[in-house]
Amino acid sequence: MQGIIEQFAQSIRSAAEDAAPLCIRAGGSKDFYGGALAGAPLDVSAYAGVIEYEPGELILSARAGTPLAEVESLLAAHGQMLAFEPPHFGTHATLGGCVAAGLSGPRRPCAGAVRDFMLGVRMLDGRGRELRFGGRVMKNVAGYDVSRLMAGAMGTLGVLLDITLKVLPLPERELTLSYEMPESEAIAAMNHWAGRPLPISASSFHDGMLALRLSGAESALAAARARLGGEEMKNGDAFWRALREHEAQFFGTDAPLWRIAMKSSAPPLVLPGAQWLEWGGALRWYAGAADAQQVRGQAAAAGGHATLFRCSEKPVEVFQPLAPALLQVHRRLKRAFDPAGIFNRGRLYAEF
Amino acid sequence: MRVRFHDIFALIELSVVPMPKTELIHRLRRALPGTSVLCEQAELAPYECDGLSAYRSLPLAVVLPENETEVCAVLAICAELGVPVVARGAGTGLSGGALPVADGVLLSLAKMKHIVELDPLARTARVQPGARNLAISEAAAPHGLYYAPDPSSQIACTIGGNVAENSGGVHCLKYGLTVHNVLKLRVADVSGEIFEIGGDALDAPGYDLLALLNGSEGMLGVVTEVTVKLLPKPERAQVVLAAFDDVARAGEAVGAIIAAGIVPAGLEMMDRLAIEATEAFVRAGYPLDAEAILLCEVDGGNEEVSQAVMQVRKIFHDYQALTVRTARDEAERQLLWAGRKAAFPAVGRLAPDYYCMDGTIPRRQLPRVLARIAELSRHYGLRVANVFHAGDGNLHPLILYDANRLGELGAAEAFGADILAACLEAGGTITGEHGVGMEKLDSMCSQFAAPELETFHAIKQAFDPRGLLNPGKAVPTLARCAEFGAMHVHRGREKFPGLPRF
Repeated sequence: MQGIIEQFAQSIRSAAEDAAPLCIRAGGSKDFYGGALAGAPLDVSAYAGVIEYEPGELILSARAGTPLAEVESLLAAHGQMLAFEPPHFGTHATLGGCVAAGLSGPRRPCAGAVRDFMLGVRMLDGRGRELRFGGRVMKNVAGYDVSRLMAGAMGTLGVLLDITLKVLPLPERELTLSYEMPESEAIAAMNHWAGRPLPISASSFHDGMLALRLSGAESALAAARARLGGEEMKNGDAFWRALREHEAQFFGTDAPLWRIAMKSSAPPLVLPGAQWLEWGGALRWYAGAADAQQVRGQAAAAGGHATLFRCSEKPVEVFQPLAPALLQVHRRLKRAFDPAGIFNRGRLYAEF
Repeated sequence: MRVRFHDIFALIELSVVPMPKTELIHRLRRALPGTSVLCEQAELAPYECDGLSAYRSLPLAVVLPENETEVCAVLAICAELGVPVVARGAGTGLSGGALPVADGVLLSLAKMKHIVELDPLARTARVQPGARNLAISEAAAPHGLYYAPDPSSQIACTIGGNVAENSGGVHCLKYGLTVHNVLKLRVADVSGEIFEIGGDALDAPGYDLLALLNGSEGMLGVVTEVTVKLLPKPERAQVVLAAFDDVARAGEAVGAIIAAGIVPAGLEMMDRLAIEATEAFVRAGYPLDAEAILLCEVDGGNEEVSQAVMQVRKIFHDYQALTVRTARDEAERQLLWAGRKAAFPAVGRLAPDYYCMDGTIPRRQLPRVLARIAELSRHYGLRVANVFHAGDGNLHPLILYDANRLGELGAAEAFGADILAACLEAGGTITGEHGVGMEKLDSMCSQFAAPELETFHAIKQAFDPRGLLNPGKAVPTLARCAEFGAMHVHRGREKFPGLPRF
């Protein structure tokens, strides 16, 4: 594997010399996400394989090109999971892409996001230097927390090599409850219940139906079920998978799909088109024709931001523009890691 | 690359024109009420150190702003005059992170202690940086909510300090560190301009700057407001105590609990000396015939807790615990925790001084590292009590010494550095939750190679190009590491593996 790393480093060094952009890529399952791909491909899929997995330590280290499905099935075989439920968006998703995209699934508000489970990385920076941050322990405050910074950076800061994540036990059992109610009541209910000691692990509202997933010990679910009422959904697992992987019909839309992250308790967004809420109201998917300014304005007013998640054409910035002071910090950080500006140019912001 | 960094530092030094102290004080007094600017020797003395009293230094002045505008004014003045600024909360930190710099201003955020807004429905609290950790949970309690990270100093420590250190606590295996529980920060940059990172949503666009700011030890900005997540108080919590006649077996029992799929809310270990000291101090009812005790707390719904307690008890018995006891009631549960939470002061009664280490190791390495610590204890002739966040591998050896005895402080520091080296050799880190501060700069040279340290310096520069915020802390210069190089142990590979070292 050291040979592959040396090849990557060589490609990086010669690209840096020519200031020629590189497009870091493996399975290509997240090609649709973020700004358009640019530059010569740097295929990292060959750098694959689980390095260390210690169920008793709740830690897994794997190479960035390892298929996400392989990681998840290994964990499942030991009764564990990636608790942030990353969406795959295709069979070729890799662990590196999962971290770079920084996307988390329905369990996120209860368990945490990708970044919350990042413990360490080994990476190559824009000079082709090998760097290690964090480690294989749960707590580590030596130096700035660069490994978490890599989650969601869209590969703009370096080539991820080895990734160490905290993993968690699979819940003993899960069940899904459903209720019929209007959106504003559902938002109030999801927030109310999230403030009670209940084993809720996911929530969703779409088309007049609120769904809650409960996870935990059999006894805990029985007690919560009695308190929460509702109808038990028969195919709960399939329902949450369709939401996590955007396989539900709602996501197959031709209209631009927006991802709006915002304050969970904020009232319904008034936008022409359809919406699907999850994360207790803190994430609202919007499929419709409203212009970017309108969508972003409403998101900002609700303490959040809007991403143009899927769209055949991307006439505007994909991610919510940053305040000038923040953009300045971003530019400087980018320069710190990638002085020649070669990695995934324009994938996060057009400025770099 | 080293040469380049030296050049940068040379430039920084050239760009800073030294200002007479009187000019600085005059400017600060014009910007802040007179009582908020301290500069007499006697007024400065209380600020000469933080919780690590082995390092002391007096600043030029201490300022106590009452609001964000005043914080920004102080920073703007200092930036203009090229004066370094060290931010400080309650000063409970254990690594010298809030140690003043002699030619700088100490910026105390103690007066900014208000809880600005509490939103029970969205489960968030917006608080000023000087708010005490426990005060947030107290304010949230009427709504059945609390703020999860609970460092042992939570009665006194402030949320701003918690952000700076990315503080944990006994419950962080299940509920995370500060970085997992902060949603938004308002930050004053080095020139006194405000920027906001994070938001009221669960993520924010662009780089995850919250991840950088949490644990940045006051090097990147001064936090003026923090929005934290609040969690519902669990319906029930129960603690099980188990005593073992063998430390290694206690360690194995910890692994077995995790492997059984239980994520305890807290899982703590204490060794014989720590047990004896604590029992003499608190009378928590710990068994005195044990080499190690474990405290395992499980929380959640009533039924879930009952089930988990049964599982934990069985595992303890399977690993031949001498005694296994479940707290009979809430009072006994509190008492069992009181012992653990008082472990530091209890050990402190055994000797005039103690030095607390904070290395973190993969849990399975515990027997090996504890054996090494015992060996070092004999070598240095200094006693050590071990308190351990066993669930997440965070070890707190407390080295006992007497600073009034010639050479003992030096020996304690050398002992500590050797413990950290052992943690690194075991695949761990030099600090799990107390931070690097002044104290562990040399050990940073062992944990990180030059390109990594350069990256840290470059991150610092992205926020603070002139290096005025808490200078000299957290990340050592490459020159310092070069001097330290003779002792350099990098990732378990000693330069001179043949040399005996203790």
